[in-house]
Amino acid sequence: MKHSLIAAAIAASAATVLGGDVTGTVTFKGTPPPEKPIAPLMADPNCGKLVKGTVTTRHYVVGANNGLGNVFVYVKAGLAEKKYDAPATKPVIDQVGCLYEPYVSGALAGSPIEIRNSDPVLHNVNFMKSEAGNTPFNTAQGPGGKSLDRTFANPEVFVKLQCNVHPWMFGYIGVVNNPFFAVTDKDGKYTVKDLPAGKYTLAFKHLKGGEVTQEIEVKDSGATADATIELK
Amino acid sequence: MPIDSPNPASPGAQAPRWLHWLALAAVIATLALIALGGVVTSKGVGMAVPDWPTTFDHNMYTFPVAKWQGGIFWEHTHRLVASSIGALTIILAICIQRFDERRWLRQLAWTAVPVVCLQGLLGGLRVELNRIPVFGMPGAIFFGVLHATISQIFLCVLGVIALGTSAIWTRVGVLGRGLLGGRAHREVLALTGAMIVQLVIAATMRHQHAGLAIPDFPLAYGRIYPATDADTLSRINQRRGAVVDDAPVQAFHVHLQMAHRIVALLLVSGVVSFALRQRGSGQPWAAWSRIWAILLVVQCGLGAATIWTGKNDGVATAHVAVGALSLLTGATLGIALLRARNGAMAINPCDPTRGEIQTAAEVRSLAS
Repeated sequence: MKHSLIAAAIAASAATVLGGDVTGTVTFKGTPPPEKPIAPLMADPNCGKLVKGTVTTRHYVVGANNGLGNVFVYVKAGLAEKKYDAPATKPVIDQVGCLYEPYVSGALAGSPIEIRNSDPVLHNVNFMKSEAGNTPFNTAQGPGGKSLDRTFANPEVFVKLQCNVHPWMFGYIGVVNNPFFAVTDKDGKYTVKDLPAGKYTLAFKHLKGGEVTQEIEVKDSGATADATIELK
Repeated sequence: MPIDSPNPASPGAQAPRWLHWLALAAVIATLALIALGGVVTSKGVGMAVPDWPTTFDHNMYTFPVAKWQGGIFWEHTHRLVASSIGALTIILAICIQRFDERRWLRQLAWTAVPVVCLQGLLGGLRVELNRIPVFGMPGAIFFGVLHATISQIFLCVLGVIALGTSAIWTRVGVLGRGLLGGRAHREVLALTGAMIVQLVIAATMRHQHAGLAIPDFPLAYGRIYPATDADTLSRINQRRGAVVDDAPVQAFHVHLQMAHRIVALLLVSGVVSFALRQRGSGQPWAAWSRIWAILLVVQCGLGAATIWTGKNDGVATAHVAVGALSLLTGATLGIALLRARNGAMAINPCDPTRGEIQTAAEVRSLAS
C-alpha cells in the first residue's frame, strides 16, 4: 500500500513536470514608422569610433515575412503560485558600442541580472522609475569596470534602463515571476522552454506596439502559438 | 543718504558704476546658466553624474577634465558655473552693503544669497532624491520644476539689483506719477506674474521627459484641441519613435501642452497690446515694452520651431533662454514703472531725513 502511494505520488509529480516548448512567430501588421539614425551616437567623439555605418533606433525590428523582433513573450496567467529557483546562469545585459545589448531581455523577479560594460567609455546605468515598487538605482560603470549584479524584486514589464551620459541608450527588461519567457528574434520567432502541461494565458508585449494575449494549452508535445501585433 | 537719490541736493549721485556692471555680469552669467540648465534638460543628461555634491566621488572642482564625456560634460559644467554664480552673488551682496546705502537694495542683495543657496540645494536634491515621491510625483519632477522656476525668479532678483544700481533707476524715479497712466505698472506686473505661471507649466512639461506630447503646430494632431481617449493615445504612442525614447504620452501631457499654447497666446497678446499703447509716449518704457513684445513674439516663434524641429536640443534651449529673458524684461519693466508711479518712495519708503523724494507731487515738479 505504502509503495503504491509513493508510486502514485511520483506519477502525479511527473505528470506536472511533463510538458514541452511553446514555439511560434509574432508578426507585425501595418507599415512601421521609419527608424531614425542615432545621430548623437555617431557624432560622439568616443562612441562614434565604436560603430560602423549608420546606427538607427530599434523601435520596430521587422524581419522576414513581417516577423516582429524584440517582443517579450511570457506566461501571464495559469501557473500556480510558486517560487522558482534562479536560473543557473544570470541573464547578461552588455553595453556595446554605446548601446544596450540585448535591447529587450527578460529576467525572473528576485534573481539577479548581470550588467556589463564592454565599451572603453564610462556609462551610468540608471533605473529611474518603477511602477511596481522595484528599487531604483543609478550607478556609474567605468570602461572595463566590474560587472553589476542587480535584482528586481517585483514583476514589471518593462523595466527601463538608461544611460544619461549617452542619452540615446535605453535597454528594457521584462521581469516576471516565472522562468517561462522569451524574446522574439529579428524574424519574430521565439521558444518558451519547458512549460509544464496545462492551460495558460500567453502574453506578447512589444515596447511600442502594445500587448496581445492568447489562451494556449500545452501538452506533452509542447504547443504552438503565433500572434500578430497591429499598428492601429 | 541713498547714493542714487534724485535729490536735487546731490544731483547725479549714483551707485558706483562698477557696482552696476558687477550686478549686470551676475545677470548675464545667470542667464547663461539657465541656458546651460536648458541644455541639460533638453538632452536628458541631468542624471549623468549620479552623485552630489561630489562628482563620481571626486571633489567637483578636481574632477578630471578627461572624464567630462557626453552628458557628464553638460551636467558637470552646469554645476561648476552654478557654484561660480553662487560666489558672485555673495560678492555682489557684500559690495552692495559696502557701497550702497539704500536699505531696500541692501536687503534685496542679501535676499539673493539664500535664494542662490536654495537653488543649488534644489539642484542637488534633483539628483539625490530624484526617485523619492514628493506630493505624489517623482522627486525628479518636483525638484526639477522647482529648480527651473526658482532659477528664473533668482534671475529677476539680480535684474532688479542691476536696475537699482543703474542710471535708469534715477531717471525713472524723477519722471513720476503724472507722466504715466496710473495702472500701467499693475498691467506689467500682472503679465509678468502670468509669465511665471507659464514658466511653471513649461518646466512641468520639460521635466516629464515625455518628448513632444503634440508633434504639430499650430494645430494639435490636426485639430484645434486633440482627443485624449485611450484609443487615440494608444495610436499616438505606437507611432512615437524619437532617438531619445521618451515616456509614453498621457492625456495629462497633452492638456499641459495645450495650456502652454493658450497661455502663450494670451501673454503675447497682452504684451504686444501694452507695447502698442506705449507707442509715441516718448517715455523710456515705450522702447522697453517694445523690446519686451519683440521677445515674446520671438519666444512664440521658438516654441513653434521646437515642435517643427522635433524638439531639437539647440532650439529647445533657445526657447528656455529667451523665455528667461522675457521674464526678466517684464519684471524689471514692472519694477521700473512702479518706481515711476510712486516716485522714489515706491520701492521702499526711506527716512525723510535722508533726502529721498517724498511725494508724487514732488516727483512731478522735479520732472517738469
